[in-house]
Amino acid sequence: MKKAVLTGEHFINGDVACAEGAIAAGCRFFGGYPITPATEVAEHISVRLPQVGGTFIQMEDEIAAMTSILGGAWTGVKTMTSTSGPGFSLMMETVGLAVVTETPCVIVNVQRGGPSTGLPTMGGQADMMQAKWGSHGDYEIIALAPSSPQEMFDLTITAFNLSEKYRTPVFIMSDEIVGHMSEKVVIPDPKKIKTISRPKPAGKKDRFKLYKPGPNGVAPMPSIGEGYNIHVTGLTHDEKGYPVMSVETQKEMMDRLLGKIRNNLDDIIMTEGYKLEDAEIVIVSYGVSARTSFTAVDTARKMGIKAGLLRLITVWPFPEKLIEKLSKKIKGFVTVEINMGQICREVQRCAGGRVPSYLAGHAGGTIITPDEVLKVLTEEAF
Amino acid sequence: MTQNPDKNAARQIHPLEDLVRTDRLPHIWCPGCGIGSVFTSCLSAVKKTGIPYNQFTMVSGIGCSGRGAGYINIDSFHTTHGRAIPFATGIKMARPDLNVIVFSGDGDLFAIGGNHFIHAARRNMDITVICVNNLTYGMTGGQAAATTPHLAKSSTTTIGNPENPFNLPFIAYASGATYVARWTMLHARDLADAVEDCLLRKGFSFIEVLSPCPINFGRRNKEKSLETLRKYHENTIIKNDANPAELDIDYSKGVILGKFVDIDKPSHDERYKSIYWPEEED
Repeated sequence: MKKAVLTGEHFINGDVACAEGAIAAGCRFFGGYPITPATEVAEHISVRLPQVGGTFIQMEDEIAAMTSILGGAWTGVKTMTSTSGPGFSLMMETVGLAVVTETPCVIVNVQRGGPSTGLPTMGGQADMMQAKWGSHGDYEIIALAPSSPQEMFDLTITAFNLSEKYRTPVFIMSDEIVGHMSEKVVIPDPKKIKTISRPKPAGKKDRFKLYKPGPNGVAPMPSIGEGYNIHVTGLTHDEKGYPVMSVETQKEMMDRLLGKIRNNLDDIIMTEGYKLEDAEIVIVSYGVSARTSFTAVDTARKMGIKAGLLRLITVWPFPEKLIEKLSKKIKGFVTVEINMGQICREVQRCAGGRVPSYLAGHAGGTIITPDEVLKVLTEEAF
Repeated sequence: MTQNPDKNAARQIHPLEDLVRTDRLPHIWCPGCGIGSVFTSCLSAVKKTGIPYNQFTMVSGIGCSGRGAGYINIDSFHTTHGRAIPFATGIKMARPDLNVIVFSGDGDLFAIGGNHFIHAARRNMDITVICVNNLTYGMTGGQAAATTPHLAKSSTTTIGNPENPFNLPFIAYASGATYVARWTMLHARDLADAVEDCLLRKGFSFIEVLSPCPINFGRRNKEKSLETLRKYHENTIIKNDANPAELDIDYSKGVILGKFVDIDKPSHDERYKSIYWPEEED
């Protein structure tokens, strides 16, 4: 057995850092399907998992990859898959199954330009709405957006922790640029890495209710073989896990599924503020685009524009209250993202017409430069 | 003269009561449907192996047969359409010691799930796949399936099916399955024995079970459920080791049943272990 946590300083790309983060978080099964620019996650973890007693399998497609990690998760193991836009679309039906069966798992989307085959080797951030709305039915999802290889490591651990804590799939919405960028990644001592595992049931096995929630709205989760004789279904089900086709059961189930996320927003939502205190115009950005935005804020300040940055680390659930609060004391928002206005639209919604919201975005294929952001700041916003 | 049962007699416990979620009865299967019989054979086999029940898990896809997972009283999973096999694969990869049964229908396993089936067979994934083949999409209302006979009528081929059906044992064999058999729901004991064989062996095992769907297939094709059973009885031939290429379903020639393939080959988890965890080998 080799070490699960490779403590030390490494010069690695984001995809590799993500794979290492997964192993450090306790991931021991990965079902994957190669797709650029996420392939290196699968390649690296295929080498590392057997070294730490885990297993890797390259499935026949992304649907199978996503489904296999759900099966793996019910054995009590932490599981992950990685993909890029087209594969993410294929996984969506099964993401719904993961949500409704409350199966913890982590899905990494290293985004590229789209739609369709699009720009396989070039960056994009245009799957952000797919992450929220891609599966059918109502649901809440957790999606994190790392800005650096270091965050690919750190946030992968966070993703596993949130996934286990809330028994829900968690997305890591990275992009080609962060995935393929090599930087220093510091892997801490294992004692300093906080990992969370799903709550386990106790008590009588014969009267066990699979979906009876605990105090934070999340039900303890048994594994296959523990003697609980669980039945897990994608059909609308009652607390016992049995299918019940009724308006009442649907409502109860949906209240629980949505509630466990909506009632814990403060615990889930992570943001970073930069020069926000006296900001008159606020840049909202995430992932690789947030890196550009820091420079844009500094340059704008030198030009006399009181700019600040709100970096979204958690993109879903969306920090509605924070945007709303900011909208009451600033003159406008500029959303920086590599798409034609996905999160920008969400910012607009939360700004509620109080202040304008502009987009500094483009169709994909490269990063957004600070100049492009400044152009929107100076020409449109001011 | 028949006699009413004695009211005071002790309640007769069904021999499979411990394996059925009796709190979910009655089941949803229609009168004349064969899934219940196939399910019973499967449960009898589980019981007969003597392996503790918590060492088993059942995974189903969608459709009438897919409901099987909901009635067996062991850890069981009712997944999405066509995806029972990859779900089972994930379980097997993470917990190779578990005995994983996939119980589903022909529509689920061979149309939407066809790709998963051939790849799991190719890998020799150590799972037992029981396919209830009723030649149609039962739960959706009798549309054409990948197994619907040429010229047969369905709600989407109202004049007759222009397509050719799959020969399921042949696909399984060609894809690399190490155990392939076919029975009908009428051959309950042979079927139970076959399932038991599969549960006790390693590798990808596949059993096709012919089963009537009187409501959605029989009705459109002028075939009453008892007539289907008569065909199963009179027009089938048991021929073990038959050539899988010659297993097309044609009752005029006689449909071949039996065990066609039983090869000993390392399963996927065994190979993975020996290549990737060599230090754990004896």
